[in-house]
Amino acid sequence: MMIYDFFISIFHNELIAAFLNSIIPVAFIVPFALFAVYLERKVSAHMQDRLGPMRVGAHGWLQSFADILKLLQKEDIVAAKADKKLFNIAPVLTFVGCYAVFAVIPFSSAYIGANLDLGLLYIVAVSGFVVAGILMAGWGSNNKYSLFGAVRSAAQIVSYEIPTTLVIITIIIVTKSLNLYDLSVNQTSNMFNWMIFGGYVEGWHKIALIPFMFIGFIIIYISTLAEVNRTPFDIPEAESELVAGYHTEYSGMKFAMFFLAEYANMFAVSAIVSAIFLGGFQSPFGYLGSTLNLPWLIPIEQFFWFASKGIFFVFVQMWLRWTLPRLRVDQLMAMCWKYLIPIAVVNLLIVALIMVL
Amino acid sequence: MSVLKTEEMILNMGPQHPSTHGVLRLELELDGELIIDVKPHVGYLHRCFEKHCEALTYPQIVPYVDRMDYLAAMYNEFGYAVTVERMLGIQVPERVEYIRVIMGEFQRIASHLVAVGTYGLDIGAFTPFLYCFRDRERILSLFEMTCGARLLYNYIWVGGLSHDLHPDFLRLAKEFLPDFKNTLSELNNLLSYNKIFTERTANVGVLPLDTAINYGVTGPNLRASGLKWDLRKDDPYSIYDKFDFDIPVGQGWYGTVGDCWDRYYLRVLEMEQSVKILEQALVQIPDGNISEAIPKRIKPPEGQIYTRVENPRGELGYFIVSKGGLQPHRVKVHAPSFIHLGLLGELCKGHFVADVIAILGSIDIVLGEVDR
Repeated sequence: MMIYDFFISIFHNELIAAFLNSIIPVAFIVPFALFAVYLERKVSAHMQDRLGPMRVGAHGWLQSFADILKLLQKEDIVAAKADKKLFNIAPVLTFVGCYAVFAVIPFSSAYIGANLDLGLLYIVAVSGFVVAGILMAGWGSNNKYSLFGAVRSAAQIVSYEIPTTLVIITIIIVTKSLNLYDLSVNQTSNMFNWMIFGGYVEGWHKIALIPFMFIGFIIIYISTLAEVNRTPFDIPEAESELVAGYHTEYSGMKFAMFFLAEYANMFAVSAIVSAIFLGGFQSPFGYLGSTLNLPWLIPIEQFFWFASKGIFFVFVQMWLRWTLPRLRVDQLMAMCWKYLIPIAVVNLLIVALIMVL
Repeated sequence: MSVLKTEEMILNMGPQHPSTHGVLRLELELDGELIIDVKPHVGYLHRCFEKHCEALTYPQIVPYVDRMDYLAAMYNEFGYAVTVERMLGIQVPERVEYIRVIMGEFQRIASHLVAVGTYGLDIGAFTPFLYCFRDRERILSLFEMTCGARLLYNYIWVGGLSHDLHPDFLRLAKEFLPDFKNTLSELNNLLSYNKIFTERTANVGVLPLDTAINYGVTGPNLRASGLKWDLRKDDPYSIYDKFDFDIPVGQGWYGTVGDCWDRYYLRVLEMEQSVKILEQALVQIPDGNISEAIPKRIKPPEGQIYTRVENPRGELGYFIVSKGGLQPHRVKVHAPSFIHLGLLGELCKGHFVADVIAILGSIDIVLGEVDR
């Protein structure tokens, strides 16, 4: 039973049920962001031979709460010459952009915000809001560094959407469906039915698809890194050049909104990558719930697998960030247009050929 | 039909900016992301060091020279002590010379570690920076145990030293060197040969040898352009002629000779050579009295002198005019950072904004020395 149906059975009112249903991701994103900020600090610290936060709570686990408390107390500064409307809307819009993506991500077989048949295209479409928010922030701040960061960021995100979309089209050719929920359900709890191992296609096609699925996976992972502005593609907020990029002028909770959006986005792209290629919420090897004949346990297990896959990819993003230097903006574009897009196109054609034969 | 009017954008970088390595202000003239011109504005840290010296006695100047190139304070003192000793004609005991070389080379390693680490930071790699600082901390602890200070030492005096070595110093210093070699290879694997790093720095900010000579460039920046010129070998002072070490020069490993990668990697190679000197000096160091040659009153004869030493950034020269009094009549410092900063406009033209940071980091300036 879906959680939405559960709400309807309690309230007998579709509006209330839809409202509650749409709030559930917040209950996941906010604690996740707090945890991810803490994780980022600890991961970076241990990679750099230091301890990281140790003072607030045991091993500093309350550090993120202290940060939020600090940001709440900060003065909300709006520069005198800033375009106030754009400046104030931008952080909200950026957050809305990445929150909207969560609508079509299946958290488990019992929960998906909106079971759209156009799920994959919807993701590509709404993530454009993030670009608009970033551009507004850069322009509205009336600061040259912010503007630089915003323009770079827009160029980068728009460019890297192309290889992402090409890989998504590759997947659509194989699955013949745009629905993320169906995609996750069809990948089943056997890891060899996951898309990265050729999906649930029958016969020799499956074997033939495997190498191209791996290529697609690598391309989409690299492009999602660029889409969320993480190292080695963190050029929009390149600290050493642009101070803090498009959010240089922000303080207090507006800054926190950008921060929250960044971590939510990190998880969103990780969840999308795992939903497309790694079975989404599916366990790699069966469920305890079906073995013990406890059907209510299965959705909980699925949520566990969903969260762990997402957090694993978030961890990989952190790992890369604290290992690699940053590309220059022209090298970034060269990488996208000269390597990723041609490879993605060829990959798409080969996969299409395999599926036709 | 009117042509769309375009104009250059002026971007003000600094004095408060994370990558100008201090209070430097750069006025960038930009065409999109391309640099048309760079104008450095200096003077935010000017402390009238040279004028102050005219009112101070010779020993009182030592703490002031610390504050010029604050990342290489030992070497500033070393150069100053050598200069005044030459004016006075003092021969210092051998143990003092050895300790000075040991401190000087440790200081060179510490200074290059900051240069290399912050350069990685400029390119966007955060982790090597902390690895470098971790090892620099150990060197600073060695300094602290010797003279009580971690950054500004007032340790090398005219004619001698303020303290002898701590009894544990030699043991700890010998333990440090093998660990440090590991750090260097770790640093190379993590940063130096990283594909992204070489792409960012090779063929960027190429400094041809003739330009380098015309601008009066010295030190690692000159050697990266291909000239084997090191004052420790070419104009020997102290006891550097007793040690066996090489002078690395830039060879354009990943691109052109004299690009940012060469300048960066030369500092890594120089640290290896410093380790080589230290390995010899820590074994050979003789016993002796470190304070027997310290003069009671420093009153050099009338005259003038220019003495130069190879500090981590290049040729550090002291020009001192004496009228025979207890205070110098005039002190002028040939500061390598100041001279190298003049190169910035030349190197940056036609590059991208991101390259300004890469180039500025690779010439390794210290603003305390630029402004004095």
